[in-house]
Amino acid sequence: MATVIGSPATSAPAKRPTARRSLASRMSWWQPVAVFAVLIGIWYTVAWYYDKVQELSFLVPYPHKVFESLFLDAKRRPDLFEAIGNTTAVMLTGLVIAIVIGMTWAVIMSQAKWAERSLFPYAVILQCVPILALVPLIGSLYGYGFPSRVIVTTMIALFPLVSNTLFGLQSADRAQRELFKLQGASRWTVLTKLQFPAALPLIFVGLRNAAGLSVIGAIVGDQFFQRGAGGLGVLIQLYNSRLQGSDTFATIIAASLLGVVVFLVFGLLGRLAIGKWYDFN
Amino acid sequence: MLSMSVTAPARSSSTATPTSDVLLDFRNVAMQFPNGTIALQGVDLTVKRGEFVTVVGPSGCGKSTLLRIASGLESASEGTATVETNRIGYVFQDATLLPWRTVQANVELLAELHGVKSKDRAAKAKEAIDLVGLTGFEKNLPKQLSGGMRMRASLARSLTLEPELFLFDEPFGALDEITRERLNDELLRLFVEKQFAGLFITHSVSEAVYLSTKVVVMSGRPGGIVKTFDVPFSMPRDPDIRFTPEFAALVGEVSHALREGHH
Repeated sequence: MATVIGSPATSAPAKRPTARRSLASRMSWWQPVAVFAVLIGIWYTVAWYYDKVQELSFLVPYPHKVFESLFLDAKRRPDLFEAIGNTTAVMLTGLVIAIVIGMTWAVIMSQAKWAERSLFPYAVILQCVPILALVPLIGSLYGYGFPSRVIVTTMIALFPLVSNTLFGLQSADRAQRELFKLQGASRWTVLTKLQFPAALPLIFVGLRNAAGLSVIGAIVGDQFFQRGAGGLGVLIQLYNSRLQGSDTFATIIAASLLGVVVFLVFGLLGRLAIGKWYDFN
Repeated sequence: MLSMSVTAPARSSSTATPTSDVLLDFRNVAMQFPNGTIALQGVDLTVKRGEFVTVVGPSGCGKSTLLRIASGLESASEGTATVETNRIGYVFQDATLLPWRTVQANVELLAELHGVKSKDRAAKAKEAIDLVGLTGFEKNLPKQLSGGMRMRASLARSLTLEPELFLFDEPFGALDEITRERLNDELLRLFVEKQFAGLFITHSVSEAVYLSTKVVVMSGRPGGIVKTFDVPFSMPRDPDIRFTPEFAALVGEVSHALREGHH
């Protein structure tokens, strides 16, 4: 919270949109826990149905079996950790490339209206391309291993970085731009001293979203490109094909947890970078 | 309605005539925006050294446009606007501080943009911060300051340029009355101490009379000058002057001129 120093008569708190509630105020611990309990209950019921009625228990295993596989099965653990490591490597590589391409793209668009008008539609088109449609092409061009997984990840993660960086760079208000203009500041100076710092809040929001998408991208990439060091997606398919139901579920949960961790880490990164002057949630 | 011939180059600035007392000279300045709106028309205005000129007028009368032309942010579509100095301070309606910079770093900004060495600009900023009474708040971020304090920081930022001509675009319009009066006093003190010439835009008649040596009244769209008043009160000004009959009488006259020009 902003602390206001000075006499009450002169205080006018910093402008903040009041409609935006913080993420923290949307979160409480017991309500999600209650929902979790209900979901586990439903899961047990469904699992019981598949076990006793259908007699295909590997399709929906009991929750405690999944828990055992996830946390207690020492035999499986090296495979799981290796897959998490590989997925993380694909995800981070793809994300870094997306950051470099996305921010460069946005900076170019921010320099002139015509550049924005010419280039922004392609960002939207990229967002609309069904990745699945490109898979055969990516595969035959770049093989079925690491590079192709990274390409898919980059493509999925790129859009929020392009759009958030662009909108961020344009977010400095007119008077602030004129302040620089009056001193004859160059484009580069305006970009580095005004537009870029002003863009950071939106850039970090974009980065967090892109990071979340890059986890999806890395796992989706695994589904298509099965060669080389496999990640969580490869592992899920492997267990699924061997009818190892509880292991399949455990790996899916591990993948979800990876997504949550990535979301939290990038949120924290944003708070560390700009939390001092911006209420970053 | 009125025919306009775009003639002269809009704005010229020179520093070649230090002998002249005139810092700002508007001759028959008109401003027509590309959409056809005529914001200003036939404006003659000078600001000399030692003068503090305030422009009052109804909203939308082109007061701010006047200031934007003087600063070079826009150029007049007709007439000449001459500025005889390149040390111009400009205070915006908002404090326009950069939220990621501390007060100190914000005040240093303009010197930084002019390539002043970090040590020198720190010293300059320190001096300006002391002048506006923000000593002790150097390390604060803008969001930790009140509106009045933010405006002080904004003033300090312009002071680092050591302006000869200081342009103010309704800087205290958003502040409450107590803060505004206090900042008026501070501004007068700075005016006496630093001896810059001022061109101040406001819609408050009493603020205009209290601050200035000359009050210029503008009419509604298209903006033109209706009447000019010389303010007889001496500088430095006693805050209590606001409660004298002479002050009230002048405020009344200015208000009257403002009403007449607004139909």
